[in-house]
Amino acid sequence: MRAPLSLLPLALENVVFAVGSRRIIDGVSVRIDAGPRTVILGPNGAGKSVLLRICHGLLAPTAGTVAWNAPEIAGGPRRQAMVFQRPVLLRRSALGNVTYALKLADVPVGQREERAMEALRKVGLDGLGRHSARVLSGGEQQRLALARVWALRPEVLFLDEPTASLDPGAAHEIEQVIAALHAAGTKIVLVTHNLGQAHRLGDEVLFLHQGRLLERTPADRFFKHPTSSEAAKFLEGELPW
Amino acid sequence: MGLVVAADPKLVGIVLLSLRISVTAVVIGCAIGLPVGAAIAVNEFRGRRALIVILNGLMGLPSVVVGLVVYLLLSRAGPLGSWGILFTPTAMVIAQTILITPTLAALSRQVVGDAWQEYREQLRSLGETRLGAAPTLLWDLRFSLVTIVLAGFGRAASEVGAVMIVGGNIDGVTRVMTTAIALETSKGDLPLALGLGFILLFIVLALNAGASVVKETAQRRYG
Amino acid sequence: MVVARRAFVALLLALAVFGAQAQDRFITVASTTSTEQSGLFGYLLPIFENKTGIQVRVVALGTGQALDLARRGDADVVFVHARAAEEKFLADGQGVRRYPVMFNDFVLIGPKSDPAGVAGSKDILEALKKIQSTQAAFVSRGDKSGTHMAELDLWKATGIDIDKAKGAWYRDTGQGMGPALNTASSMNAYLLADRGTWLAFRNRGDLAILVEGDKRLYNQYGVMLVNPDKHPAVKKAFGQSFIDWLVSPEGQKAIADYKIGGEQLFFPNAGQAGA
Repeated sequence: MRAPLSLLPLALENVVFAVGSRRIIDGVSVRIDAGPRTVILGPNGAGKSVLLRICHGLLAPTAGTVAWNAPEIAGGPRRQAMVFQRPVLLRRSALGNVTYALKLADVPVGQREERAMEALRKVGLDGLGRHSARVLSGGEQQRLALARVWALRPEVLFLDEPTASLDPGAAHEIEQVIAALHAAGTKIVLVTHNLGQAHRLGDEVLFLHQGRLLERTPADRFFKHPTSSEAAKFLEGELPW
Repeated sequence: MGLVVAADPKLVGIVLLSLRISVTAVVIGCAIGLPVGAAIAVNEFRGRRALIVILNGLMGLPSVVVGLVVYLLLSRAGPLGSWGILFTPTAMVIAQTILITPTLAALSRQVVGDAWQEYREQLRSLGETRLGAAPTLLWDLRFSLVTIVLAGFGRAASEVGAVMIVGGNIDGVTRVMTTAIALETSKGDLPLALGLGFILLFIVLALNAGASVVKETAQRRYG
Repeated sequence: MVVARRAFVALLLALAVFGAQAQDRFITVASTTSTEQSGLFGYLLPIFENKTGIQVRVVALGTGQALDLARRGDADVVFVHARAAEEKFLADGQGVRRYPVMFNDFVLIGPKSDPAGVAGSKDILEALKKIQSTQAAFVSRGDKSGTHMAELDLWKATGIDIDKAKGAWYRDTGQGMGPALNTASSMNAYLLADRGTWLAFRNRGDLAILVEGDKRLYNQYGVMLVNPDKHPAVKKAFGQSFIDWLVSPEGQKAIADYKIGGEQLFFPNAGQAGA
């Protein structure tokens, strides 16, 4: 049996997203390839979260195209996933939340619990499997959201400020899981305002400013010598976070 | 009052009949109203807002109006007269169900709609469809729904207009708590009417208290 | 649609739960609230049911409503006390035959203080005239019931045009007998009531019977089978056996035996010509 075509690269062509007369995304064209961990940076209001949602398919662009290399089968299991700043969990056990995601991914009933337990182990939550998801701490909940992702083994993972609501200890744990996911072969696309995190986790940086993609630079070079003046100002801290 | 305290078998029969009718009406009403409310909450379609306005308005359906309409339908002179169920508990169940289903649908629509705003992106991200989201949300909101179901039961158990008209308040057959209270009041036996009223109140309060306990423990366990 | 299917199944279940106990051996009798509230049915019907095994289900409404119910075919037998309306019912072909059954009487209730000075009178028309001239508080049922019709007939007989003479003293409540009595009790007003409801009424306050015994206060009851030719669903045999029992010596004796506080309420007169 032939392996399915990879989802990537994802090609955005002149994507515009307007609300009324305001253009939140103002003509972005970019090709996101498999491999490097992509970090999207930019000041507040730059449109990072909106861009992420357009890529993931939660928002439709007002103009322009979003094209995956191989389209997902409608109604089939999702091959890309997203983690939000605040995890959205169901009123079930931690295990139940993961098996729910597996059910949506058409995983046969018999395999669900085992795969869910494996995912919980990978993020260090295996002791809390029977606990109610909603009474877990913020860090544990976000790890659970990532366990959900682990169990699904998506090709692409979008993350929208995943540690913004967490303390440094919990944030660190999340970063470790993200690194592990990448090591296991998932493409990471991360939006963050934490420059240290961007430096730790990023291989390349997409710099967004007022809805435009101003710069695409490997991470090391970006932090030392950004090519655009806005990026330079941003790094110096003059622009708002 | 002595009758009330001594658990007179006739009184027990009236209480049990009231409960059977209202509980049945609530069960049917939930089977219809909760899924309808959830479906309206998660779907988008033309006329949705108008439908929500109508649904909310129907919450205020006067019980006598419902009773009258059901009577006209079930009367021998009416279209469904051949069913022969006028002046039976079945007719009362039908009337109460019609009365409370809009409330159950409107309130579940509200509750599910609010949750949908919160869950929507994540559920869609995981690949959930609108069709699948409705039951998932209903189950997730089960504790909030308890309050809604109780509201429906309260309305059903306390109404008198509809069951009086379609039931006929027939002694031993269709006499329920509310119609018995109305009868005793009109006979001038106010102490007995009040006594029956307290029983009804007690039942409704007890149910609400029980549900409150369930909700609280659940809140602590499930968050 | 899934919802519709579920609703249908649920409805079938409900019907099954309640339908299971429905036997066919019953009749629906449309009667009046005052008759039911007198407690007569609670006493009388078990006797008939034990004898024949036929359950009698009484739907108690105002006279007009009871006859309307029968016109729609929703009752098998009509048992009211408004002769003119009953005759019209027959003339319209809605009933088969009218049998007189019993009579009770109306009494004039009023405050013991008796502002109009009518207590002890045997002349109801004089009493009403006095109430109107002293403008003493008077509560009327105002609900087109048999009692209300009787009251209006009496006013007419006094020669007073009650529509014109109505003032603040005349309270048209639009209520049944019980609620009207409650109102009269709280207002210390005069009121025309049937003896049965009065005897069963507990909330008397300061009220008492002031005028009784006038032949014009008698209230005749008649029973009719709803016409099965017009309403095929009418339970002809069961209905007729109930009627036959009511006018039989056994039924008539049972009616006479019904007492409240030792007092007889209803006077059987099935054999009386012209009743």
